[in-house]
Amino acid sequence: MTLRDFIDRLLGRQAASATTARQRLQLVLAHDRSDLNPELLEQMRREILEVVSRYVEIDLEEVDVSLETEERVTALVANLPIKRARPKPLEASATGPAA
Amino acid sequence: MSRTILICSGKGGVGKTTLTANLGIALARQGSSTAVLDADFGLRNLDLLLGLENRIVYTAQEVLAESCRLEQALVKHKQEPNLSLLPAGNPRMLEWLTPDDMQKIVGMLEERFEFVLIDCPAGIEDGFKNAAAASREAIVVTTPEVSAVRDADRVIGLLQTRDIQPIQLVLNRVRPKMMANQEMLAVSDVTDILALPLLGLVLEDEQVIVSTNRGEPLTLNGSRSPAGLAYANVARRLRGEEVPIVDPSKESQGFRARFSRLMQTKIF
Repeated sequence: MTLRDFIDRLLGRQAASATTARQRLQLVLAHDRSDLNPELLEQMRREILEVVSRYVEIDLEEVDVSLETEERVTALVANLPIKRARPKPLEASATGPAA
Repeated sequence: MSRTILICSGKGGVGKTTLTANLGIALARQGSSTAVLDADFGLRNLDLLLGLENRIVYTAQEVLAESCRLEQALVKHKQEPNLSLLPAGNPRMLEWLTPDDMQKIVGMLEERFEFVLIDCPAGIEDGFKNAAAASREAIVVTTPEVSAVRDADRVIGLLQTRDIQPIQLVLNRVRPKMMANQEMLAVSDVTDILALPLLGLVLEDEQVIVSTNRGEPLTLNGSRSPAGLAYANVARRLRGEEVPIVDPSKESQGFRARFSRLMQTKIF
């Protein structure tokens, strides 16, 4: 964030368009480069949550799974805040579709 | 050793052909024998920008069919005889060229010239594949706009899978004022996102349109206009000279410029 963005945000103004352009580009390129469509990404997100939920209880409100790209390398970044560990892992079939 | 450089962009209208024409003339003026090959035969325009549209008799297709010699098809520039143009084909052509054809014709040019510049068609289909098949290095042209950068990214990905290198970037149509006001992607935004070394930076310049009207590239008469100088500098860098690149949004002085630089400071 630049100083100008910060002041814009303080005054409730729209951010400079270059900032918006950069953010939109980074997002669209992460998808272009990985060849993953949003539908597949959503399916992957659900399955990851399902597996992880068997072992720990996740704060579903705060879950963030997204593609990030830097230096032409795309990474899948999953941020899954843990509420508490489960005393005993759940059976694979016992979990419903998470989130 | 001859250097064959693909000039491509993905998106149309960002300045590939203008760069090819100006770079070709500049390299020739600086002493390197240069050929420019118009690989876009469906919509060819390089002849027009070089003012050679009335002098084309044969194309690479006749050379490949052995109905004429390479020398007959090459159009030598009258004012800058170190530069020759070869159109790949004409718009009425029935048979399309193949990647093999392109390699053959470029091989012939490489025996004769120090630099072979290939003006690539827009898009990433057959025309691009043909042109890329014959190239060893590439220059990707883009403008600081989201659509141009996105398309450039696709093209860079394709070039990398073909082991073409180095791949260098020319950022075209830069408006320093808009950049300073953060209403245009910064130079570093584009180079960071595309992760390519910057070979040149060309300012938006009305003289480009004037020179196109006349069919005389800016570099032909040693124009001191911003774009003319930038194109000549790209040629120097290609020839191995060290010419520093100045970020235009950091160049201007005065209170306003310093204030907008302050506003660009990254705080977190």
